[in-house]
Amino acid sequence: MMSMLAVEVPYWGQSLLRVLGGIVAVLLPAGTIVYVFLFKMMSFMQSRLGPMEAGPYGSLQLVAEVGKWLQKEDIVPERADARIFKMSPIVVLLSTFLLIAVVPFGPDAWFTDFEVGIFYALAVSSLSVLGILMAGWSSANKYSLLGGLRAAGQLIAYELPMVLAVIGVIIQAGTMNLQQIVIAQNSGSMFGFSGLGNPYVITQFVGFVVFMIAIQAELTQAPFDMPIAESELVSGYMTEYSGFRFLIFFIGEFATAGVFSLIASVLFLGGWGVPFAWFGWADVDSVANWMNIVGPIIMITKMMLVAFIIMWVRFSYPRFREDQLQRFAWKVLIPVSLANIALTSIFKVVM
Amino acid sequence: MAKVPGLVKGLGVTLGTLFETVTKGANTVQYPHEKESPPTRARGVIALHEGNCTSCMLCARSCPDWCIYIEGHKELAPPRREGGKPRKVNMLDRFDIDYALCMYCGICVEVCPFDALFWTPEYEYSEPRIADLLHDKAKLGEWMETVPEAPELEAGAEKKKK
Repeated sequence: MMSMLAVEVPYWGQSLLRVLGGIVAVLLPAGTIVYVFLFKMMSFMQSRLGPMEAGPYGSLQLVAEVGKWLQKEDIVPERADARIFKMSPIVVLLSTFLLIAVVPFGPDAWFTDFEVGIFYALAVSSLSVLGILMAGWSSANKYSLLGGLRAAGQLIAYELPMVLAVIGVIIQAGTMNLQQIVIAQNSGSMFGFSGLGNPYVITQFVGFVVFMIAIQAELTQAPFDMPIAESELVSGYMTEYSGFRFLIFFIGEFATAGVFSLIASVLFLGGWGVPFAWFGWADVDSVANWMNIVGPIIMITKMMLVAFIIMWVRFSYPRFREDQLQRFAWKVLIPVSLANIALTSIFKVVM
Repeated sequence: MAKVPGLVKGLGVTLGTLFETVTKGANTVQYPHEKESPPTRARGVIALHEGNCTSCMLCARSCPDWCIYIEGHKELAPPRREGGKPRKVNMLDRFDIDYALCMYCGICVEVCPFDALFWTPEYEYSEPRIADLLHDKAKLGEWMETVPEAPELEAGAEKKKK
């Protein structure tokens, strides 16, 4: 990213640019997902128009909502553990910002080129469990506590199939670096046919399905929204939050959806790249410089595709019961992903 | 045809509705800009025909919410026939319905023996202050203009005796 500017940027300048880029890379997908999918697509799927008043076609509705939340009173329950209560939304949002650090957006457009990137991503994504448990416990509210514990149980249960699904990709790519995984997909070939590269969504289809189900549960989107089930737990761990603390939880939910969609598109859809064979690039060093501009656009398009699937499923299915949810993770997803790993490693060794 | 699994069918329903809304428009109405006309027998607001009211208090007593307030007094009117006694007539001083309390059961309309109360389908009378939902005699009289024509009687039905 820095070499593109053709001027020497000092270290503090690079850091500042990275922070700004990170904020844009987290908040832009979050805002787009909320407007395009949550406001508009959900309305259309229910045969209504959704917000239409604020701005053309309600495009400024989110700005209005943020303004509304910011002017609300910041309430802390009397018996709550005030310091923990105030900290927990920040912890949840923090895990999202830590996640974006390893996502590559172009041949040179990355925040850090981390050798064990996907390992790091899976590790920090479980930080949000901590924030949710903190929120549930410190609220001094039965519903919050139940919601927090349900969330913790669910996130831990679905973390496993997610990690196991990713292992298939790691075996096939032979690296844990997200940038290398993108390069491996775009310069590879499927059974001798290199016209499409080798997007792992085809060769790792089982892994892709397991991964999508697992991130659906990680994001606590319906049908896996037992922790915030509004008909029984009010709003789960978010019950006691109001004003900008609720806003942070809300941003955290959809920003994490955006970042997980980005990671899913990196792992399975070829990330920022197009198959290198199309333009005759031999390896990543010969990739044209304009990919640093086009790459993020391709990336956002793929992210929207993945987010569309997540939201489509969210708006279509009713909620799982708590025991069904746990049984599904432990008895279906984990054995399937283990079998996927075994098959992948056999193919890797044989071929 | 092979049976489509319910999970896939469900996704198809939502996607189908999505395309239907985009191409044919939504089933909903953008309320302040466009309005649906409610059915003629909709229970919007109750109108008062003051001339028919004898302040008999039947409506006020049958109201489950006690939201009808009636006050009246008696006046002497000249006799109908020459040499008769002067008649006692009920004069209506106050007839208020508090729509903040009303639950739109319509018992008052049913119970009125003199056809003084009518349903009208008007519904746009919300107020910023709750006290303004107390409609007085004059306002209830204004609603009379919006009362729809009574439907035709069925063939062979007993005509109303004058």
